[in-house]
Amino acid sequence: MDYDRFLNSKIKNTKPSGIRKFFDIASEMENVISLSVGEPDFKTPWHIRQAGIDSLEKGKTFYSPNRGFTALREEICTYFKRRFDVEYKPETDVLVTVGGSEAIDAALRCILDEGDEVLIPEPSFVCYEPLSTMADGKPVIIETKAENDFRLTPEEIEEKVTDKTKLLILPYPNNPTGASMSREDYEAIAKVIEKHDLFVLSDEIYAELAYGGAKPVSFASIEGMKERTVVISGFSKTYAMTGWRLGYALGPAEIIAQMTKLHQYGIMSAPTTAQYAAIEALKNGDQDIEYMREQYDMRRRLIVKAFNDMGLTCFEPLGAFYVFPCIKSTGLSSEEFAEKLLFSKSVAVVPGNAFGESGEGFVRVSYSYSVAHIKEALKRIKEFLTELEK
Amino acid sequence: MKNRLLELLQENCRYTDEELAAMLGTTADEIKAQIKSFEDAGVIRGYNALINWEKVPGSEARALIELRVAPKKDKGFDEVAERIMAFEEVEGVYLMAGDYDLAVFVKGKSIQDIAMFVARRLSPLDSVLSADTHFILTKYKSNMIDMQNLGSEKDERECMV
Repeated sequence: MDYDRFLNSKIKNTKPSGIRKFFDIASEMENVISLSVGEPDFKTPWHIRQAGIDSLEKGKTFYSPNRGFTALREEICTYFKRRFDVEYKPETDVLVTVGGSEAIDAALRCILDEGDEVLIPEPSFVCYEPLSTMADGKPVIIETKAENDFRLTPEEIEEKVTDKTKLLILPYPNNPTGASMSREDYEAIAKVIEKHDLFVLSDEIYAELAYGGAKPVSFASIEGMKERTVVISGFSKTYAMTGWRLGYALGPAEIIAQMTKLHQYGIMSAPTTAQYAAIEALKNGDQDIEYMREQYDMRRRLIVKAFNDMGLTCFEPLGAFYVFPCIKSTGLSSEEFAEKLLFSKSVAVVPGNAFGESGEGFVRVSYSYSVAHIKEALKRIKEFLTELEK
Repeated sequence: MKNRLLELLQENCRYTDEELAAMLGTTADEIKAQIKSFEDAGVIRGYNALINWEKVPGSEARALIELRVAPKKDKGFDEVAERIMAFEEVEGVYLMAGDYDLAVFVKGKSIQDIAMFVARRLSPLDSVLSADTHFILTKYKSNMIDMQNLGSEKDERECMV
């Protein structure tokens, strides 16, 4: 049967994720040392798991309210005030979703009309462009630059903005580059956003993984920006809760109300067990965040130094758990580098161009692995480079 | 910074000074100096390999002896502890709170050997009131390390993000 005629043309034309390709090859090979995953290596802290188990033992197995449990929405608002000094109302400004991804998808579908332009800084996580397209928007890519440590500048926005531009996506702290926007960086772009009357989707899923003494900043805390921003966050990266599938959106009541409508028809409610665990995480999880951040930070410094010592220059990433070394000195393209490294040394990294053309010449390296694992991988990469030179 | 250095050394004392310096955001010279001062202060008492002797052919039997001891005036438990530590069969001595006083970890060629050591050398000591011997069958976890590799779970992370 010819299924083509039954399929939506936009989804047919959507390319599968470029990250997937290398992972599939690597998973077929033996003794691969991977530096390619994008989730914490820690298990969810025990007291958080226990809260989930307790809720199951008590038979709390029903749907939650569509927006998420009131107790959880209250905790999210308390947390956001405490950590980022932004006030949201639990009744109207929060939607609990199935991971940050659902929140991104819902926000895009509730904001975009046919032909609306969406500014997407790249390199960035692979979902924004396809989800914008599926939501009838028109993705417009902003190529951030290595010389700016992949931060977004007001000039770069000005270059791409048109009278059709409706939305700007802010993917910081950034996957794959580890780039981070300071308060000053955000203030600089806020002026342009105001000038062109843009709305913002700020994906702050990695906000708690900020290094170098920088206090995490939410874009909504920049003056005048709260009213034109939907903040996306969640529990996956912060509390090592990826498999629980729980995220949330914070924003103006008018936007959240529309997203809630979509969520209620398409999803109903986020997983109940995960919500009970998340309440415990927000109440008593600060020390867990601190511990994991310190562990990531040690690995980050080790890996950044190692890459710079090897001659694969790498700016100091201040967020997430990725480094983005430049591999141009090898004369190879990102894909060639990743492929050769995988086949000759069984080390898996992700080519930078999987995150947009501006990632060409770089590879994404995750340090969400034990130090022993990272050291073995670095040793092999060093051997690989030595053999390349011959 | 001090405690994190100790934690890293306990995790793996074969990290190089350069690796430790990178992880802790300092210099190798600073690490050297810190380690030296820990050694001088007696905080770091040595560097052992963690060996799973069960995998070494012909290796010894091991036991935990719970000793009840009469403490000496002035010297408390130190005197008897020092005498017990001096036996080459003894791998560890801890002073305990609870039903007994000293936990003594002992190795010997065989279970018989350990039993004879307890009967002939430990029990007859002046201040020893009783000795209760427990033979160790398997060490599952020691010094934070999974000795039998039971928990070596496969990396199950397969989602690409």
